[in-house]
Amino acid sequence: MEKRGENYWNSKLREIQNNKPEKNSAYDEWKARTLEPWNKNTGYIPREFTNSSSIDLKEVYTEEDLPQNHENQLGMPGEYPYTRGVYPNMYRGRQWTMRMFSGFGTPSDTNRRLKYLIEHGESGLSIAFDMPTLYGFDADNPRSDGEIGRCGVNVSSLQDMEEILDGIDLAKVSTSMTINAPAAVLTAMYIAVAKKKNIPLDRIAGTVQADILKEYIAQKEWIYPPEAHIRLIRDMMVYCTENVPKWNYISISGYHIREAGSSAAQELAFTLADGFYYVEMGIKSGLKVDDFAPRLSFFYNSSINFFEEIAKMRAARRIWATVLREKYGAKNERSLLLRFHTQTSGYTLTWQQPLNNIIRTTVEAMAAILGGTQSLHTNSYDEAWALPSEEAVKIALRTQQILADETGIPDVIDPLGGSYYVEWLTDRMEEEAYRYFDTIEKLGGILESVKKGFIQKEIAGTSYRRQMRLEQGKEIMVGVNRYVEKNEKPISTLKISLKAQTDQVSKLKRLKESRDSEKVSKALRDLENALRNPEENSMPYIIRAVEAYATLEEISNVGRNIFGEWKEPVIV
Amino acid sequence: MSGGIYLENGKSQLLFKDKPIKILLAKPGIDGHDRGILVLAKAFRDAGMEVLYAGLLPTPESVVETAVNEDVDVVALSLLNGAHLTVFRKVADIMRSKGIDDIALVGGGTIPDEDKPKLEEIGVTGNYGPGTPLSVIIEHVTTRAAEARKRKLSR
Repeated sequence: MEKRGENYWNSKLREIQNNKPEKNSAYDEWKARTLEPWNKNTGYIPREFTNSSSIDLKEVYTEEDLPQNHENQLGMPGEYPYTRGVYPNMYRGRQWTMRMFSGFGTPSDTNRRLKYLIEHGESGLSIAFDMPTLYGFDADNPRSDGEIGRCGVNVSSLQDMEEILDGIDLAKVSTSMTINAPAAVLTAMYIAVAKKKNIPLDRIAGTVQADILKEYIAQKEWIYPPEAHIRLIRDMMVYCTENVPKWNYISISGYHIREAGSSAAQELAFTLADGFYYVEMGIKSGLKVDDFAPRLSFFYNSSINFFEEIAKMRAARRIWATVLREKYGAKNERSLLLRFHTQTSGYTLTWQQPLNNIIRTTVEAMAAILGGTQSLHTNSYDEAWALPSEEAVKIALRTQQILADETGIPDVIDPLGGSYYVEWLTDRMEEEAYRYFDTIEKLGGILESVKKGFIQKEIAGTSYRRQMRLEQGKEIMVGVNRYVEKNEKPISTLKISLKAQTDQVSKLKRLKESRDSEKVSKALRDLENALRNPEENSMPYIIRAVEAYATLEEISNVGRNIFGEWKEPVIV
Repeated sequence: MSGGIYLENGKSQLLFKDKPIKILLAKPGIDGHDRGILVLAKAFRDAGMEVLYAGLLPTPESVVETAVNEDVDVVALSLLNGAHLTVFRKVADIMRSKGIDDIALVGGGTIPDEDKPKLEEIGVTGNYGPGTPLSVIIEHVTTRAAEARKRKLSR
């Protein structure tokens, strides 16, 4: 219980402190009796044993490293606090979704790749967009020159979305779209395609990332200042809660935070802090926590320190369930479940000796499965060079299929539960997260912490330390700072021709000539009026604009004129 | 490192003694991948350079303008979005059209091997990918900065 003058996080930290074991006599005695004499006689490797979160590791862990309330903190699978898994039967009930993030070139290039993946056993779609799309610029904007289709597929209008989804049954597959700043527009496009195909909106399922806080923190793909985006997310949240019940309108993402250089503990803490912000936003906009919390999902990185990743994922589930129940009063069990997608780490891939990346990805994918992920993307070995080739993507997908069908790893739920080390590490990750929640609250909340640049600086600091450790040889990357090969053979990579750009630009030109321009102007005017009124839900207006074939940039410009743009605080 | 002495014709020349290397870091495309450039900003600073960071989403025009106004020795461009051939070239073209030859242009990011000669041809050197030791990058920048500084001094 909270004491006077203490916030909720202080009370959790005190609880953790009170439950900590006082001493570990088994370890201390063993150390003096057996370990130290052995080290003295036979020698040992003098190096630091630590992880990305700078948590120092002992040689071995025992029962005495676990807190007194250890059993209560675990729960059984599908039971509070869900440390061991969100579902009672986990992968015996349903295999994780193999969801390969893909998108490049023109909408029809991407449509072919998506069909190729479905044909090879992929179970859910995941669409990557190019940079102009992510920033709300059309293909014909001069700033888009050279960028069309490079990092993902280009979408300038509804007709592009129609091409991407051509021949794909939206009532059967779920689709994840990695889109943030313009998430409401892309959701509107998906809804518009479903309507055209006569699929009822309660049958389409999917996820947009729409986690704008982590854009300011890490991925840095924004259009407006934070408050404007938060308002748009609110509109989408309220609209979808009422109309598109299987749409996950926010995927709270640690992936980019980690790739930007954070530690596992920072990834854990910052994503959950973002998640709590969205919960408070939903409550403030008049929704009941149990009406929307079940639709919030998470997206984690699985990096190369195997046990640290597993501990992070287990801790995430426990913290979310605990805080949703204790702090936000959630009653519906589904509100407490932290469901998450995982992607293996892009940062750990090397351009040197690229086939080694297959092994790294395999280890990271194993951690995700042992951590209880609901869906998984495995990176391709050639991604330090370019977007993946078809062959490389297939190996990445096969990696998941081998793990699922051959290894027996998914057969038993949370097989590492009860491991002294993993349980201790899970507790430590949890404690680090609560410390950050406390700090963030003292800074005025997560939005303030981001606007001040605090979170970004924390990440940049960790990233720089890690780079220094690599430079000093305190951390090893095979092929980079150890086992370096002088003459590496080039690999063949995916080429994206400039034709994607010319095709997209001329298609857009034709569209602008052939659409009903009066209908477009009216839809944009109506949208402007809706956006100027903070009480109005802008989502129906965005859908109408999209259906009139107003372009992504035209729709984004309505907001740009009202809300302005964003300049980030100084980080270096 | 940047206060280094450069031997030329047997004479020692304290190129950076009074004024350290001044470098402008920029991501002149539509690209938010800033992990690398933020690490480099700190590393260059730790190596004694004066570091300016143009932030995200500057246009190629504004990068060149800042470089000239600030009288930098080096402009370091970073892109991990695959647009380097188009965007780095724009910066190089603007510099050439303005007759700027006393500012060195270096690049880095996710750059396939086959693109590197094309970038070198337009004067963008280095073009290092992730996993390159900082020391290699710092050395390259220092060498290019020395060339640029000599041109500045010969004016």
